[in-house]
Amino acid sequence: MHRNPARPMSPHLTIWKWGPHMAVSILHRITGVGLAVVGGAMFVWWLVALASGPEAYATFAGWATWKWMLVIWIGLTWAAFQHTLSGIRHFVLDIGAGYEIRANRRWAVAVILGAILLTGLVWTLFFVLRVFA
Amino acid sequence: MKPEAPRMETPLGRVRGLGSARSGAKHWWHERLTSVSTLILLVWLAVSLLRLPDLGYRTLTEWLAAPLAAVPMLLLIVSIFWHLSSGLRVVVEDYVHEEGGKLFWLVAINFASLFGAGLAIFAVLKIAFGGAA
Repeated sequence: MHRNPARPMSPHLTIWKWGPHMAVSILHRITGVGLAVVGGAMFVWWLVALASGPEAYATFAGWATWKWMLVIWIGLTWAAFQHTLSGIRHFVLDIGAGYEIRANRRWAVAVILGAILLTGLVWTLFFVLRVFA
Repeated sequence: MKPEAPRMETPLGRVRGLGSARSGAKHWWHERLTSVSTLILLVWLAVSLLRLPDLGYRTLTEWLAAPLAAVPMLLLIVSIFWHLSSGLRVVVEDYVHEEGGKLFWLVAINFASLFGAGLAIFAVLKIAFGGAA
C-alpha cells in the first residue's frame, strides 16, 4: 500500500510488553507455516509412496519409523494441537467475544497449556499403553 | 521522479463512501471454512487409521481403494491445500513488504500448493482405480 512517510507511524510490536495473547498469536502463524511445509510434505510423501508400490512404501516406512523422526512427529502433533486450539480461539474472537483483558489472557494461557497436555497425552498413550501399535 | 506533494488524506479516507467491492471477505471466509473441513476430515483420518489392524502397504491400499475412504481422502487433500495456501498467503502479505519479493512468494505458494495437491490426488486415484493389491 502507498504510505506517506511524512505521517507518523503507529507504535509497533517492539514497544509492547509481551503477554500470552501475543505468544498465542505468533505461535498460530509459526505452527501454521510448520504444518503447511513439513506436514504437507509428509502427507504427500506418504500418499505418493503408497501409490508407487510396496518397495517405495517400505522406503517411506523405514524413514518414518527412524528414531530421530520422532522429533518431527511429536513436533507436528504439538503444532497441530496448538494451531487447532488457537484456531478455535479465533472463532470465538471472530464473533466478538473474549476481548476482556482477563478472559483473553486466561484463554491464551489455556491454549498453550492445552496443546502441551494433549501432545503429552497422545505420546504417553503411544509409548506406555501402546494403543496405536 | 519528483517528490509527491504531502497528502493529509489517509488511504481509508480515500476509499470511504465508495462502497464494498463485494469480495473483501471471501478469502477470510474460505480460510475459516477450510479450517473446519480440515479438522473434521483429519479426525476422520485419525479414527480410520486407528481402526485398521496395521499400517502396512497391503492394508492401506485395500482400505484406500474403497469409495468411502478414497472420497473423504480426496476432500481432505483439497481442504488441506486450500487452507494452507490461504494461510501462507496471509503470512507473506503481512511480512514481505517489498513488492517483487511479495509477488515471487505468492506465486511460489500457489504453484507449490497446486503441485502438492496434484501429486496427492493422483496418488489416491491411482490406488483407487489401479486395482493395486
